[in-house]
Amino acid sequence: MRSLIDINELSREEIEGLIDTAEDIIDNPAKYSDKCRGKKIATLFFEPSTRTRLSFEAAMYELGGNVLGFSEAASSSASKGESIADTVKVVSCYADIIAMRHPKEGAPLVASFNASVPIINAGDGGHNHPTQTLADLCTIRREKGKISGLTVGFCGDLKFGRTVHSLISALSRYENVKIVLISPDELKLPSYVKKDVLKAKGIEYVQTTDLSSVIGELDILYMTRVQRERFFSEEEYLRLKDSYILTEDKLTGAKKDLCILHPLPRVNEISVKIDDDPRACYFKQALYGKYMRMALIMKLLGVE
Amino acid sequence: MNIDSIKNGIVIDHITAGKGMELYRLLDLESLDCPVAIIKNAQSGKLGKKDIIKVDGEANVSLDLLGYVDPGITINVIKDSELVEKKQPVLPERLTGVLKCRNPRCITTTEQELPQIFRLTDRENRVYRCLYCEAKSE
Repeated sequence: MRSLIDINELSREEIEGLIDTAEDIIDNPAKYSDKCRGKKIATLFFEPSTRTRLSFEAAMYELGGNVLGFSEAASSSASKGESIADTVKVVSCYADIIAMRHPKEGAPLVASFNASVPIINAGDGGHNHPTQTLADLCTIRREKGKISGLTVGFCGDLKFGRTVHSLISALSRYENVKIVLISPDELKLPSYVKKDVLKAKGIEYVQTTDLSSVIGELDILYMTRVQRERFFSEEEYLRLKDSYILTEDKLTGAKKDLCILHPLPRVNEISVKIDDDPRACYFKQALYGKYMRMALIMKLLGVE
Repeated sequence: MNIDSIKNGIVIDHITAGKGMELYRLLDLESLDCPVAIIKNAQSGKLGKKDIIKVDGEANVSLDLLGYVDPGITINVIKDSELVEKKQPVLPERLTGVLKCRNPRCITTTEQELPQIFRLTDRENRVYRCLYCEAKSE
């Protein structure tokens, strides 16, 4: 029995295999509509995350399965003080697979030690969010036809942005990927990610505080939200939240086939005027996320 | 200064001078009933000065803990007044119950019965990270 807690638990070949399955689902949805008939996914969301939860639920429904769960800690037994271990032991009796979101880092790992069914980490605090990375990788390969050899820019909150750390880690397994890090000094990529991932794997990278000066080089621009909940002080949040906003003006210097990604939800870091630009891929990314979750659920349940 | 030689027990030798008391506490040697001696600032050809701990009795000392706190030490196992084994601890791959995670967002802050487990992620720089949240040990 296998779980997915961290994107690094999947080999590059497994990731490619999941993208292949997701693309086959897109092309032949009817072939998959009964794959999980009689199976149930429990979505245990100890903090609200509407889009991730709905994506998992939609994925299971489209595979012909069913869904149970809760969408906030207040409506779960955690509010009565039950441990994660006990919760997942009980839920393992009712569901075939569990997707868990929890505000505390490491909670899904603890769940995986105690559950008798596979656990999918649907986000644990500022730590891991592997299915978002799967969505990102699927979007990149589908839009660009490849992942190797691309120049990928990350813009905004690179310090607390867990999706950024996971995607950089996954990209570091592909050849000739160049990383461009665009952020204010206060929100730079942590030095341990640079040392343990970029330098350790010999990935070429540059750091800058100016989006306009590098946008012309990018094949992919990954925008991030400056998240209020990751800051300890409101003042610091307000000072930095508008630092990096993508506007039509800034896009004039970009490649015609740039692919703009964002894990969503967006606040104001991408102007809504860009939504109709063919380079805006963030809503497609949310759609591909559902297909990748379908592929992952099948893989972890051992459904062919 | 003479300390009686021990019959059945262990001698923890080549402890960095000044770390003897810290190890005594970390290994919970105060809970033992048998004779325990801490020798501070003993002469050492290799180190100049060293601390030594002698335990004349059965003691289950954690090699992992010793390897983490002071990897240069030697453990001599004594049986019937004879040296029967020398052990050299190495920096352990995993530490359980030795370090405490300081990350306020870590699951161990709310589920306090969870064992505190750290993994060695960089042997050269002696970096340990929390198994659950991957925060670096302090």
